[in-house]
Amino acid sequence: MSETLPLTGRARPDRSPHTLAEWRAVGGYASVERALQMTPVQLVDLVDAANLNGRGGAGFQAAKKWRFMPAVGTSPGIGTNYLIVNGDEMEPGAFKDRFLLEALPHQVVEGAIIAAYATHSRHAIILIRDDYRAGISAIRRAIAAAEAANLLGTNILGSGFNLHLRVHPSAGRYIVGEETALISALEGGRAIPRKRPPFPAQSGLWGRPTTVNNVETISLVPHIVAQGAQWFRALSRTEEGGTKLYGVSGMVNRPQLIEAPMGTTARELIDRAGGVSGTGVLRCFQPGGGATPFLEPADLDTPMDFGHMAKAHSMLGTGTLIVLDQGTCPVAVTARHMAFYARESCGWCTPCREGLPWAARILTALEDGTATPRDIDILRMTAAEAGPRGRTFCDLMGGAMGPLASLLSRFGDLVEAHLDGGCPIRRGLL
Amino acid sequence: MTARVELNGRWFDATEGRDLLSTCLENGVDVPHFCWHGALGSVGACRLCAVRVYSGPDDTMGRIEMSCMTPVRDGMRVEVEDAEAGRFRAHVIEWLMLNHPHDCAVCEEGGACHLQDMTVATGHRNRRSDAPKRTHARQDLGPFLTHEMNRCIACYRCVRFYRDYAGGTDFNVFGAHDRVWFGRAEAGALDSPFAGNLAEICPTGVFDDKQWSQHYARPWDMTETPAICTHCSVGCNITLHERAGTLRKVQNRYHGAINGFFLCDRGRFGPWFVDAPGRITAPRQNGTAIAPDAAIALARQAVADGAIGIGSPRASLEANFALRELVGPDRFFAGVSDAEAAQVARMLAILQTTPASLATIKDFESADAALILGEDLTATAPRAALALRQAARGAEKALAGEKGVPDWLDQAVRVAGEGRRSPIAIVTPLPDALDDAATHPLRRAPDQVATFGFAIAAALRGEPSDPEAQAVAQALAAAHAPLLVSGIGLSRAEPAEALASIAAALGAKARIALFPAEANSFGLALLSPKGGLESALAANPAPLIVLENDLYHRADSATVNALLSRAPLTIALDCLDTATTARAALVLPVASMAEATGTYINNETRAQRSLAARRPTDAAPAAWRVLAQIGGLLGDAPRLDDVLAALAARSPALAGAALAAPPATALPAVARAPESYSGRTAHDLAGRVPQGTLPHQDPDSGMGWSMEGLRGAGVPPALSTGPHRPGMHSVSAAYAAQTTIGGPLKGGDPGVLLLVKSETQGQALTDPTPNGDGLRWLPLHSPFAATETDLASPPLAARAPAQHLLLHPDDATRLGLTAGAQTLVDGQPCAAPVTLDAAMPRGWVGLTAPRGRSPLVTLGAVP
Amino acid sequence: MTLPEPLKSQILHAVAEDGGAKPAMLEALRLVQQAEGWVSDARLAQVADLLGVSTAELDSIATFYSLIFRKPVGQTVIMLCDGASCWMNGGDALRDALMDRLGIGYGQTTADGRYTLINSACVGGCDRAPALLIGPGRRLVGPLSPDGVAALLEGGL
Ligand SMILES: Cc1cc2nc3c(=O)[nH]c(=O)nc-3n(C[C@H](O)[C@H](O)[C@H](O)COP(=O)(O)O)c2cc1C
Ligand code: SF4
Ligand code: FES
Repeated sequence: MSETLPLTGRARPDRSPHTLAEWRAVGGYASVERALQMTPVQLVDLVDAANLNGRGGAGFQAAKKWRFMPAVGTSPGIGTNYLIVNGDEMEPGAFKDRFLLEALPHQVVEGAIIAAYATHSRHAIILIRDDYRAGISAIRRAIAAAEAANLLGTNILGSGFNLHLRVHPSAGRYIVGEETALISALEGGRAIPRKRPPFPAQSGLWGRPTTVNNVETISLVPHIVAQGAQWFRALSRTEEGGTKLYGVSGMVNRPQLIEAPMGTTARELIDRAGGVSGTGVLRCFQPGGGATPFLEPADLDTPMDFGHMAKAHSMLGTGTLIVLDQGTCPVAVTARHMAFYARESCGWCTPCREGLPWAARILTALEDGTATPRDIDILRMTAAEAGPRGRTFCDLMGGAMGPLASLLSRFGDLVEAHLDGGCPIRRGLL
Repeated sequence: MTARVELNGRWFDATEGRDLLSTCLENGVDVPHFCWHGALGSVGACRLCAVRVYSGPDDTMGRIEMSCMTPVRDGMRVEVEDAEAGRFRAHVIEWLMLNHPHDCAVCEEGGACHLQDMTVATGHRNRRSDAPKRTHARQDLGPFLTHEMNRCIACYRCVRFYRDYAGGTDFNVFGAHDRVWFGRAEAGALDSPFAGNLAEICPTGVFDDKQWSQHYARPWDMTETPAICTHCSVGCNITLHERAGTLRKVQNRYHGAINGFFLCDRGRFGPWFVDAPGRITAPRQNGTAIAPDAAIALARQAVADGAIGIGSPRASLEANFALRELVGPDRFFAGVSDAEAAQVARMLAILQTTPASLATIKDFESADAALILGEDLTATAPRAALALRQAARGAEKALAGEKGVPDWLDQAVRVAGEGRRSPIAIVTPLPDALDDAATHPLRRAPDQVATFGFAIAAALRGEPSDPEAQAVAQALAAAHAPLLVSGIGLSRAEPAEALASIAAALGAKARIALFPAEANSFGLALLSPKGGLESALAANPAPLIVLENDLYHRADSATVNALLSRAPLTIALDCLDTATTARAALVLPVASMAEATGTYINNETRAQRSLAARRPTDAAPAAWRVLAQIGGLLGDAPRLDDVLAALAARSPALAGAALAAPPATALPAVARAPESYSGRTAHDLAGRVPQGTLPHQDPDSGMGWSMEGLRGAGVPPALSTGPHRPGMHSVSAAYAAQTTIGGPLKGGDPGVLLLVKSETQGQALTDPTPNGDGLRWLPLHSPFAATETDLASPPLAARAPAQHLLLHPDDATRLGLTAGAQTLVDGQPCAAPVTLDAAMPRGWVGLTAPRGRSPLVTLGAVP
Repeated sequence: MTLPEPLKSQILHAVAEDGGAKPAMLEALRLVQQAEGWVSDARLAQVADLLGVSTAELDSIATFYSLIFRKPVGQTVIMLCDGASCWMNGGDALRDALMDRLGIGYGQTTADGRYTLINSACVGGCDRAPALLIGPGRRLVGPLSPDGVAALLEGGL
């Protein structure tokens, strides 16, 4: 089981977390012992060989990020490096990290210990969305147990490595998930993103070198240490290593999380989720949460990894599919997304703060049938002007423009049809 | 390192790694911007400064980048007018204007508004949304500022200035997404003594000058006159805006070495005394009006009877000199206590002989270590305190630099700097407003401040010393440009002496600043008065001529009362009614700083010319004119240049004062009304005098009175009315007048240093240790009020704290006093009730004005 | 009413744990909210005092984050997901049923002070859409049909 489903194979059906003893009984923390016998550089090389891409959305190679982290005493300033595990998960349609935190907390803690060691961090923080109360308490219990067993704290297992690990519940706001905004939040400020460069590895939390990794990324690390890079790469159907914790929701019969080889196709995933519900006919899907551009049935057989999704003009994002059947209007879905992104803008930069509410208002007007042709021009303008990287301060706006731009390019006629009395699908015209 | 960059098709030399936006502005290439500010650096929030950047000759595509966030690289090519960049900028404005109320017609800012300028510059004109606009609540923020949040474009400059730059804590940004809101947690006057700068920091009409709002005239309907702030010794440069004979607004006037972009609130709101109800409009004798000629005749008689002249640290150099000429140098005294007169003279002597260089306010910002000895700088020289706050960030910038973060990348610097602070020691008797910027906030009783300073000097010389002094000495010794600051705030001489010995030990790398109490304290001292008021009292009883001075603010009432009672006749020249004019038999009105051109010598001994912003009335000419008239000096129609020539002849050391601004006749008249001034024929003469009967040019300054005359780049900085130009009507136009952003003005920063270095070490002063009963006096200061002109300004008076009397609880118990008790101070009822403060040194009593008390105070309960 | 002792010591503990007053500001607000349901102006000022920060600074944080309540809320807070997956699976009908049953709209509290209804970003329960979070434990409930609302409010779900 755990050979092919390393991430979720040990989870219990009722999602109840393991005690430390139970976890050890299924092989838990063996990787920590092994990792601590390696050097940080060896660990980074191992993860590099495994080709582990970050699962937080951008798919940046974990080893590449870790390599930027300076060894103790080699960076200007005073203090430790930091490892931050990102469990903010607020992307519309994403529900994977909730599972990993609630059901498999020791896996996260294990991964955090190894990643902290590899990044020369003496402090690690797991930031968890406050709404995930079960996850927060599961992780807290796991930390306490690990501390009691000297898997955390000073001189871990006699290795000389010290690590302080704590949980920080986020008080809401999607932007907290953006890694630099997350750092601002941890410092006690408003979660306003920060300019990169300097990258967190140069100047992160309190100005110290910092690595931010997603919960899923971190959860995969112990398995790479345990079973090796080759094994990890072999799990995948593509160049990108490992399995992926996909999710399928929206118009499917059995929405669920699915751990499957990286590169599994949307067709397989939707099938495993019981097929398209509603009309039973697929109109389109977002491959990885609200911020990923729509794909159409033609892309059902494209392998779902970061590279292939980018080539298909979308993104893997969180890998949690949102499925729309023929009876579901992508304008309405985009309208809901846009209202969310507008509300969750941090308010720092102009295009996002002012442009998103405008776009959201227009999408609602389209649904209601009160929009004008000029409004569609404005949507096009917004996507064209604020979508490209670098136009806004961070990637929230760019993410929000993904579905909007693809809506306009793929479903332009449908959008225009809304000018004539509102949503034609809702009115049964299509 | 120099880089070559191409900006809009022309190649320029630039500094590698500097931000592209500054580089453009410095080379005369306008790039629209909001969130960037010359003193605050780049944060990339507004996204307006987009330009196309080609990284080098091989880059044919280029990228749209925010110029404020882009470091200059050699070979970089930049197209500001690129179509895509221009379109993006126009959309940024479109987004910002979605919720802006478009209320320019009723907005104070209209006509001098950066948002208006940027809107026109980007070409956005048609509104494409008919959605309802967002509205916000506003707050009453006190007497200084208006608050109209609906106009906000969320550039975050206000909060970055108020909190990050000026260290204020009671103002912030609240909420998120498109509901961000800027203000206080609850309504009320803003705490920071630099709050007024929000009126200029805000690029639209959210925060505006409330005084202007209440005395409103359109920006283009006011004349603008360069003046000097007369409210402390720093001498910040200001612009007085006038219309129809009344003051309308006071604005910062950029000076590269002094105030830069910012003023303190005392300076911004202080000048409102010139239109205060207490202005004296006609001569009077014993309370009744008297004909001007008769008044002059009486004064002439007094001079013939051997009058004594009491000069003023508030009055101009010319006025003080004219008084000295009138009564003769032997009968000219400083209108301050003897102790203060001696201390100020000694401060000048220290500056003349110290190996340290004289620190400008700008130098404060680049100091890598600082020591403040005894001075409550935020109250006594506020602009200097604001500059010192920036010095605190030096260490942070250095560490950020090691991490490759350039110093203009403001937010990133604050993080990468890991909270490091440059060493700053503040040695004061009471907790200090700058403590939060200090690494060594140290408390010493007033008489121990200098002791501590001498211990630092000893440590620097390698002698044994106390550990805290050792630590400060080490920090100063390790610094490249250590800054040493003291002043007269404790009414003691020894802190400056201690500072001098530290400077001597540090040598030439040190920079020193000594702050006397007032705008022309050094000017008065340079005229070598024969002591202060006690000396005047000791001179033979003689008629007194008191120049622009409420003596009760500068010496204890016993001395002043004795002086005034012994004089057979007291003549007061002033623009304001004060306790002193109330006791004078003869009162002669004179022009205020708004109607009189004159020279003031600031804390660096920089002579600066403040120009009359409006014509004086016939009844109240400039004080020096009245004095010249009394003495029959300088002929029938003297000009200021004549006074300065006479001064140069009499005191060659002060000849430089004449160079503070060009002679009045050197140039054709300089226009002070903008080109767009409306109603040019009506102007401020309408209905009062027939057009053309008055001279067009001010004989004292060379300024014209109207919109005709020189303007623009041909005007020397000392006469410059304002940097605005077509397309740039707001204060943001000021960058174009600077050689580098935040650097000296093109054409040189105005003013002339009068200090001449000397080898002759003068006699060090010591503070007498008083013996006898009583408590020792610790002077208290407020940033909002020091002297009579401050208190006569209605907005400042509204912010001036009540009188204070601070006691350590143990002393109160010993004296049988409780909190809130009414007391007699030196036998007189004290306006302030007792406040108990455990931070007070034991045996001392903290008292606000006047500043010239005797060192020992008797304090008792009201029987 | 001054800050209760246990709250005070919890906050000071957070200061120690988080490495200073500033990083502990959010945790302090959360602790107050945990104890009292929301953060009143008076509490905000007291916490600011205790932490040695200005009220403005603390409120700047408090008003930024959506899960710090600066207005009173009911005993039970219901956070209904307004994400797209829940919408596709009948979120609007669930919303209408809840509003009908409670007689309130988003951001409002029932007259008896028992319930507050808030719309929430995707609650991470897309596999159980339409879903909501309820109560201090933020229990995830879903899929929930309009018919299930009554049972939910009577504590049956
Ligand atoms: C607006 C925004 C929200 C984000 N939210 C999350 C999040 O909730 N969880 C997460 O892991 N990454 C999130 N990210 C991505 C992070 O910035 C960061 O790239 C990621 O945590 C890195 O982890 P990884 O390298 O393991 O993928 C977000 C990014 C943006 C722009
Ligand atoms: S794009 Fe700008 S306003 Fe939007 S979340 Fe990022 S920084 Fe904030
Ligand atoms: S001035 Fe560059 S982003 Fe605001």
